[in-house]
Amino acid sequence: MSTDTLVRRPYTPKEAVARLRRGDLGAWPVVGGLIAIAAVFGTLNEHFLSAENLTNLALQMAATGTISLGIIMVLLLGEIDLSAGSVSGLCAVVMTILYVKQSWNPVAAIALALAAAAAIGLLHGLMHTRLRMPSFVVTLAGLIGWQGLLLYLLGQGGTINLPFDGFVSKLSDTWLPSWLAWTLVAALTAGWAASAVIVRRARRAADLPVPAAYLTWLRVAGLGLALAGAVTILSADRGVPLLLVVFGALVIVLDLVLRHTVFGRWTYAVGGNAEAARRAGIDVTRIRVLAFVLAATLAGFGGVLAASRLSAVNQASGGSDILLMAIAAAVIGGTSLFGGRGRPYAALLGILVIQSITNGMLLLNVDSSVRYMVTAAVLALAVAIDSLARKGSAR
Amino acid sequence: MFSVTGISKTYGAVQALDQVSLDLRAGEVVALVGDNGAGKSTLVKALSGAITPDTGAITVDGSRVRIATPRDAQALGVSTVYQDLALCENLDVVANLYLGSEHRRWSVLGHLRMERAARDLLTSLDVRIRDIRVPVAMLSGGQRQSVAIARALIGRPRLVILDEPTAALGVEQTAQVLDLIRRLRERGLAVLVISHNLADVRAVSDRVVVLRLGRNAGEFRTAATSQEAIVAAITGAITHEH
Ligand SMILES: Nc1ncnc2c1ncn2[C@@H]1O[C@H](COP(=O)(O)OP(=O)(O)O)[C@@H](O)[C@H]1O
Ligand SMILES: [Mg+2]
Repeated sequence: MSTDTLVRRPYTPKEAVARLRRGDLGAWPVVGGLIAIAAVFGTLNEHFLSAENLTNLALQMAATGTISLGIIMVLLLGEIDLSAGSVSGLCAVVMTILYVKQSWNPVAAIALALAAAAAIGLLHGLMHTRLRMPSFVVTLAGLIGWQGLLLYLLGQGGTINLPFDGFVSKLSDTWLPSWLAWTLVAALTAGWAASAVIVRRARRAADLPVPAAYLTWLRVAGLGLALAGAVTILSADRGVPLLLVVFGALVIVLDLVLRHTVFGRWTYAVGGNAEAARRAGIDVTRIRVLAFVLAATLAGFGGVLAASRLSAVNQASGGSDILLMAIAAAVIGGTSLFGGRGRPYAALLGILVIQSITNGMLLLNVDSSVRYMVTAAVLALAVAIDSLARKGSAR
Repeated sequence: MFSVTGISKTYGAVQALDQVSLDLRAGEVVALVGDNGAGKSTLVKALSGAITPDTGAITVDGSRVRIATPRDAQALGVSTVYQDLALCENLDVVANLYLGSEHRRWSVLGHLRMERAARDLLTSLDVRIRDIRVPVAMLSGGQRQSVAIARALIGRPRLVILDEPTAALGVEQTAQVLDLIRRLRERGLAVLVISHNLADVRAVSDRVVVLRLGRNAGEFRTAATSQEAIVAAITGAITHEH
């Protein structure tokens, strides 16, 4: 075979336009948006880009970002989970009651709360697949119902505090020592570079095209620089928060699962064309149920992280704009509401966008009424872009 | 090789198939033609396990078989390309070819193995797609049809059934797909093509089987038959030779 067939050529302008039409913009609009946000809020308030505030931003991101990862699982199937906020709050309350009131071991309390969340997801999934209820209705009922259960469990008091020096609170008040943070950066970058080299070798050996070498190295260098930049900034304050590492690990694991396992492949297939998936012998029902279980479990875990940060649970846990933010994060990051398209990294970028906007407005003392409207407008914009892209690809 | 004898199927008051027989041999392309409602799809569904006929027998290599589910059909080496192709537009060509039968180890996908095998398969069928890692949404109609047909070959079938493979295609792409069908014949597969287009039928088939109102209404060697004779059998202008 001649060498020129072995290097995958970059897209021609025509193909690039076709990709844009399909809404396959990659991460660039989001990165552009982030720069714009940084510029706007940075000039309006000198505190916005300070190390302390960026560290707070990282802490704020983790909980809602984790919920958003779950939302992505159902969005990939073209379904929706409106109950994620309530389930996160309920799960946090269950964990807190077991841990504080019943004096359980905190890890066991978290595990049982997550199991409860998984059971809720299973129920949603079965109602959707067996009773053929639209996911929108199932999880809308869940939104109200699970919040009702949360209020019932909290009872009259309405607030339960977590011990400040306990395991759960410590989760969000643990900071990586500098050496560990830098080791992590080096390990991640080296790991990615190594896997890139191995894949290139294997593809060459199998006579398959490889992307141009400079592109691969540019990406590795970009990742390394981004990680190093983040660690440098965070180190100027309290260091890299454990919470951010936990969220980052979830993103990476979920992305690997979706891209490299049969379950991930079938999830995209069901989201793209459920009938085709069914005819190919895929158990569509099982994939759907699993997606709802994952969504609820991740929502539950996000609730635990949120409780850890607040060191308490109360009647507002999992309420207000958390659900909206989680959905917005997924969609802003490029996950399609129509199913079949999106990646977990989307949640990372999307939550960065929506949380910076919220954080910036909080710094500027913008009233929550305005904040809600702005968040909703950003979500509407992201959905509009998604819908237009879909219209473009359906032509 | 595959032989259908005396198959009947009724839907309520409608007799969709009435004592229909059909023989399919390795290395032969058979065209199944007939007016709308003649029973073509029902016959295909009986072969691919989508329905079970009321009476009649299906034999493979002389022994009687039961095709009750799509899995039974698959196990017997029957592979069907439906008219709506059933591709996932968001997945790339490799993923579509192996959908549901992915190479895997501990449920981790064998990307390279599949991509390599996919490339080799498409090359052997002379299907030209520049980058098989792009989503199917970016391919032309002819390329999609080719992917759907190539996909039918993944499970190493003995019989490939194609429902209206050229209905949605332009002239050039139709020619490509007809070439592809000839290549299936060269591979020694039995091929059954449903088509409305008699020009395509004459171009690609060895034998034409006509259904009319759920009954056999004629069988012709393509090379020795005029288009008028086939049309007459389809419309019922002559009685069939049996
Ligand atoms: N699922 C069904 N229920 C009721 N009637 C059906 C069904 N499928 C096919 N038929 C009837 O059986 C007859 C044959 O249909 P079909 O096999 O689809 O014909 P063709 O594919 O040749 O157009 C038609 O009269 C059709 O209305
Ligand atoms: Mg039909």
